[in-house]
Amino acid sequence: MEYFVQQLINGVTLGSIYGLIAIGYTMVYGIIGMINFAHGDIFMVGAFIALTVFLIMLAIGVTALPLILLIVLIVAMLFTSVWGWAVERIAYRPLRGSFRLAPLITAIGMSIALQNFVQLTQGARVKPLPPQIQGGVTLMQGDAETGAIVVQLSYMQIIIIVTTVVLMTAFSLLIAKTELGRAQRACEQDPKMASLLGVNVDRTISLTFVMGAALAAVAGVMFLLYYGVIDFYIGFLAGVKAFTAAVLGGIGSLPGAMLGGLAIGLIETFWSGYFSVEYKDVAAFSILAITLIFLPSGLLGKPEVEKV
Amino acid sequence: MSGPVPLLYTRGVETYYGNIIALRGVDIAVFEGEIVTLIGANGAGKSTLMMTICGNPQARTGQIVFDGEDITHLPTHDIMSRSIAQSPEGRRIFPRMTVMENLQMGAMISKNGTFEEDLNRVFDLFPRLKERQHQRGGTLSGGEQQMLAIARALMSRPRLLLLDEPSLGLAPMVVKQIFQVIHELNRSEGLTVFLVEQNAFHALRLAHRGYVMVNGKITMTGTGAELLARPEVRAAYLEGGRQEAAQ
Repeated sequence: MEYFVQQLINGVTLGSIYGLIAIGYTMVYGIIGMINFAHGDIFMVGAFIALTVFLIMLAIGVTALPLILLIVLIVAMLFTSVWGWAVERIAYRPLRGSFRLAPLITAIGMSIALQNFVQLTQGARVKPLPPQIQGGVTLMQGDAETGAIVVQLSYMQIIIIVTTVVLMTAFSLLIAKTELGRAQRACEQDPKMASLLGVNVDRTISLTFVMGAALAAVAGVMFLLYYGVIDFYIGFLAGVKAFTAAVLGGIGSLPGAMLGGLAIGLIETFWSGYFSVEYKDVAAFSILAITLIFLPSGLLGKPEVEKV
Repeated sequence: MSGPVPLLYTRGVETYYGNIIALRGVDIAVFEGEIVTLIGANGAGKSTLMMTICGNPQARTGQIVFDGEDITHLPTHDIMSRSIAQSPEGRRIFPRMTVMENLQMGAMISKNGTFEEDLNRVFDLFPRLKERQHQRGGTLSGGEQQMLAIARALMSRPRLLLLDEPSLGLAPMVVKQIFQVIHELNRSEGLTVFLVEQNAFHALRLAHRGYVMVNGKITMTGTGAELLARPEVRAAYLEGGRQEAAQ
């Protein structure tokens, strides 16, 4: 029981990170119908920006942890957004109206370019960050006689889960209630009509990339704090997992991305906990394959047919 | 041109789809307070003219002037924020948004805080929409969707309303109701309307003036009554049944 609860906590934590990245995939797919394969690398860039800011803050002697965290989050979101915006501007916008595969190819190109850029400027070795947030809350006491283990909810995990819940709530409200969110949904459903109502479609698409990148940056900060090491290659696997999460949840659906992220995080954690760590990726991707066979539009995806 | 300046006019507008010419030098004018209709057969280029006015596609040659300003080469969203609104062909309701959200989209460019007032106005015109305000656009019937498309266009308080085939695929009762609303808006508020229709009989009876388009060219123009009386128009665009109704 204790073991199960501990795995559950770990799974939700990991799932939160995947969910944050998955939103970027699903939103971009929703609005322009392309998979932004460079999104995982935007997440990686976010983690590097966060690391840089952390080290600067530590070097100039800022010690108040909440302050550091806040500044790191804000700066990482800002700068990563600029990267996300630039990628759209350089690699996707000039190809709008071109054939469907063209932006997919430039997306892969952008992914390679970002990885190599970071590798060249930051070096190929893993970059460590000394643990910043330690300790936690003990939920269940271990019992030596029965061999049960201690269930711990670390402060780091609390921060990750709370931040994710807060951001996703804020984000869902933004999409559902604000004028910007409505404009985004309008562009998703019928860009031509949206422009006939005075919506600047190009700008709305740019903003979608910016928002996706900002959330990926938050995921980058969390990843850095949670694992303590990053390298130029983390974007690939995390990106593929988050993409899987988006497809599993139903690509184009925001709650789907969150749910899919959670599902992938849990599947992976439980598989490693009960079966084998080596095959956790196989487990995650198998679930994806099975879902797609029986539920082609994902868990919460909308079916293709629609009466208009 | 002497006399009053038209609210909207086009001069020698040519539009292409790739290398295929769709409009061959179109000149039309719409004066403030008028209902002007453009009739013609399927594929004549009526909707292309409508969309060219809105900048999608843009005219390759010629000029489009609205309210004294050349809008030929402006992007669509800029044109639409200049008091022009369109209820497009096929209605193009946002299917996964509620009726209310569709109307909010229509009010996107109106920044003068008159949303409640404008909302009440379109609900008065189309009480059915008020009943359905929380329903998703995609679940409405064709007639309701058409009402919503017009209501959405009215939410921005346009000076010029572009209506593309509002009668398409609707029951005669609903068509009558919609044309009644257009007539009423024009009469009581002086709304300027440019109406594209295949339903020539209704359109010409409603309009002050009309244009006939054939193969991307304007071939005839006159007041609604004049065009209705022209034998060529009767032969080409008014079938027997409607002719009898016209007597």
